[in-house]
Amino acid sequence: MHAALEPLIRMEHVTRTLAGEVPVTLVRDIDLTIERGEFVCVMGPSGSGKSSLLYLLGLLDAPSDGRIWIDGQDTTALDDDQLTDFRLARLGYVFQFHFLLPEFSALDNVLLPIRKLGRLSEVEARARGAALLDRLGLGGHHDKRPSQLSGGQRQRVAIARALANDPLVILADEPTGNLDSTASNNVRDILRELTRADGMARKTVVAVTHDASFAVAADRRIGIVDGRIDPAWRPDMAASAAQVPKT
Amino acid sequence: MTIALDIALAHLTSRKRQTMVSLTGVVLGVAFFLAVSGLMRGSEVDFLKRLVDNSPHITVYGEARQGRVQPAQLRWPEGAVSVRNVRPLRETRGIRGWPQRLAAIEALPQLRAAPVLAEAAVLTFAGRQQGVQLSGVVPEKMRRATTIEEKMTEGSLDALAADPNGVIIGRGLVDKFSLRLGSTLNVLAADGSSRALRVVGIFRTGNAAFDEGQAFVLLKRAQALLGRENRVNRIIIQLDDAYAARHVAKGIEISTGYKSVSWIEASEDLLSLLLVRNIIMYSVVSAILVVAAFGIYNTISTIVLEKTRDIAIMKSMGFHASDLRRIFLLEGLIVGLLGSILGQLLGAALMQLVSRVEIRPPGVTEVVRLPMFWGVGQFAMACAFALAACIAAAWLPARRAGRLRPVEILRGAT
Repeated sequence: MHAALEPLIRMEHVTRTLAGEVPVTLVRDIDLTIERGEFVCVMGPSGSGKSSLLYLLGLLDAPSDGRIWIDGQDTTALDDDQLTDFRLARLGYVFQFHFLLPEFSALDNVLLPIRKLGRLSEVEARARGAALLDRLGLGGHHDKRPSQLSGGQRQRVAIARALANDPLVILADEPTGNLDSTASNNVRDILRELTRADGMARKTVVAVTHDASFAVAADRRIGIVDGRIDPAWRPDMAASAAQVPKT
Repeated sequence: MTIALDIALAHLTSRKRQTMVSLTGVVLGVAFFLAVSGLMRGSEVDFLKRLVDNSPHITVYGEARQGRVQPAQLRWPEGAVSVRNVRPLRETRGIRGWPQRLAAIEALPQLRAAPVLAEAAVLTFAGRQQGVQLSGVVPEKMRRATTIEEKMTEGSLDALAADPNGVIIGRGLVDKFSLRLGSTLNVLAADGSSRALRVVGIFRTGNAAFDEGQAFVLLKRAQALLGRENRVNRIIIQLDDAYAARHVAKGIEISTGYKSVSWIEASEDLLSLLLVRNIIMYSVVSAILVVAAFGIYNTISTIVLEKTRDIAIMKSMGFHASDLRRIFLLEGLIVGLLGSILGQLLGAALMQLVSRVEIRPPGVTEVVRLPMFWGVGQFAMACAFALAACIAAAWLPARRAGRLRPVEILRGAT
């Protein structure tokens, strides 16, 4: 029961350093809490450590120091397999590149995490996958391959896939980085809608972005500079940062 | 499991050309494996059949394997004084109490035994002489325990059974002495006694020494002629499973005390030659499959390299390292299985084709077909080799896929 009282995500003194001849610190001493149902944007200049922070939140990377609680679970205590299971059941990802499997149809891509989790029967899984695609406006495209879809449609399939196992939180890394403005706005609105839904359907969204027009929709914007949270960061600074092409 | 299978199939079908090339490698590997090993085993079986068929599987001789140890030596093995010029006691030659021993041997399962009294004798006809091994046999036992009946070109064992003065001789001797069925010749025993015998059967084995130097008469006739009433000096045995001979011979030797020699023991040199030949043959045909395995390794490695992003997203999504390993191992397994099945079909066709090839060895009038061995074992071994090679080839790329850290791929991608 304590899980419901706690913030959904809590980071304490999280530092991530890449070992090597010259150790590189990606993020340094991050303290952060994110509440349930929040739509949070992480912003900052290129190479500031935004994505690294997201990978740590998404349990794809482990902190060198500090601890991360998600849904009341101290994730630093979990081993690799437990982390994998945790990601499967409770986290959803959307990346800049859609990363859909090119050999599979839109529906099969969405079904992948559902079938992996194995809680639903094949019929139930297909119904759920189809409903998710319909909800994201991909009604007539279930059987199309990713190559037959537009960039915005692919990203929506990726969002449907992220939602497949009804996760607690959606982690998005530059979800609109490769889209035109119409598709960007569409994706932004979808993610925002997820944080506005009622009851179990309500998701928490943490998105890394350069896009100021995307960030205005968020409940909270966190600025990261040189691997640290910078309280002085303002969203309008993102506009100039957005000019800098990403490497 | 079904997801892994779906993904594996999707990977393979998305790279049709490369998959086909690796598949063809396995198919050809399995087919050649089958054809070559079938031919080699065929010639081996053919050779062994001649070897086994023309000689008894086991021969029990009326003698001990080792001379008896002198009682004095048994009592004082380290004795200071040794007695020289000691001769063993004179023993009756032959197998003592042979009817009982024969009955005991015949009571063993899956074998047929025949008593034989074999001694050297001389056949004379019209002033010509030929030293032969004269074997006294019991026709109905001989028929079951040897292949001599099949080798008869004229007359039969029955004719011998019916005629106490009959003799069966080989084609070589018949030609040499210008004999024919019904001719009468003389046999001269070592002690000088002689008797006239009538040719009632002629056999031909293809072994010149045997065809010229062997004569069969009734056991009673041989015993009387050689002055050894109620004696036999050999029991020859044929087994259902010729390869059990060594084991069975050992058992008989232990229970009877008489030297029992299996055909395996008698032709050890040839068998070790065949073993070496098989080792060489299997190394060569397995090498074909090893080469095919490199094709699979190449294909799956390329897929793993190409699919690093897919692997990264699947791992971040919640697929375990073992799930990814399974996908790529399955790809190797699928190519291996499909290759084995198609390879077996092609191999069987190839074997059929090769076994129809007719050759005429120089100096031989008969047309000879290439011997082909159709053993389930060959097919199973080709399958097992192919699958093992495919899984081994898939293992390295699969392990690499399992070890990929998604965060490293994602960092590079964005």
